[in-house]
Amino acid sequence: MWQWFHRLGSPRWFYQASGKWLPWLAGITFVLLLIGLMWGLGFAPRDAKQGNSFRIIYIHVPASFLALAGYYVMAIAGAVGLIWKMKLADMVMKSAAPLGAALTFVALITGAIWGKPTWGTYWVWDARITSMLVLLFLYMGVMALQHSYTSVDAANRASAVLSLVGMVNIPIIYKSVDWWYTLHQPATIKFTEAPTMHPDMFHPLLVMIAGFYCFYALVLILNTRSEILHRERRSSWVKDIVLQNQR
Amino acid sequence: MFRFDSFQHFLQMDGHGAYVWSAYLIAILVMAWLVVSPLFRQSRVRQAVTRELRRETARQHSAGEAGKE
Repeated sequence: MWQWFHRLGSPRWFYQASGKWLPWLAGITFVLLLIGLMWGLGFAPRDAKQGNSFRIIYIHVPASFLALAGYYVMAIAGAVGLIWKMKLADMVMKSAAPLGAALTFVALITGAIWGKPTWGTYWVWDARITSMLVLLFLYMGVMALQHSYTSVDAANRASAVLSLVGMVNIPIIYKSVDWWYTLHQPATIKFTEAPTMHPDMFHPLLVMIAGFYCFYALVLILNTRSEILHRERRSSWVKDIVLQNQR
Repeated sequence: MFRFDSFQHFLQMDGHGAYVWSAYLIAILVMAWLVVSPLFRQSRVRQAVTRELRRETARQHSAGEAGKE
């Protein structure tokens, strides 16, 4: 067990092992997203109340899921790096920040586009939307901290602390729909619970969520690999890999 | 079963086409950028390492030449 933990903590081992997983992961991701996209856009039935604008759900909801799940990944990696001084965990934390920020941005912008035909406005200062905006700023804060220190260790410590403190926001996002329900507009059909959806609409959503999870893992691995290569560029194993033109 | 009777209908989505397609387009562009940017970074680092290696061999080579004289 501990041997496994140490091996996983080695950037070199991770780089070489993940190179073998990548083609499979990329293939699965592409197939899932392609099926989900076509299913959601063309084959799922239109919503009785919202019409075709409801099809935005197939990117809005998976992107929001991963924006939140990605925050756990970043905070847990930050904590592991802080406690056990694991280099790989710090690199994962750094790699998770721009990915989470981009997915939060997608969730916010698709929500805004969806809001126009559904609520009649692009933006409301509603609890859910505002707390998602705070999530975007937390991700951007971690990215900014990474660039504002000359010492890598100091940057990692500061980013890890910020991401752990920012965890407070996560339950607020989850619960915002219940706690501030009275502030919500009545037309928030998109927050209905999954099982109340018709299976014909729900199944493509499940495919898209699975596809987004794979996509998240894929990009996180790609980011981490480029970070490993950059940080270890002076080591002999990186030179060997480049010389032999290995993946 | 495909829910639209024509491609035109599919694009228009009963008046919601602009919303649905712009949302999907933005998501696809962002996701494509997410995949491509680490790959570009990888190749930049690899190029830098290659240049460094070439410089090293050149230095060793010239040092060897100097040693012969």
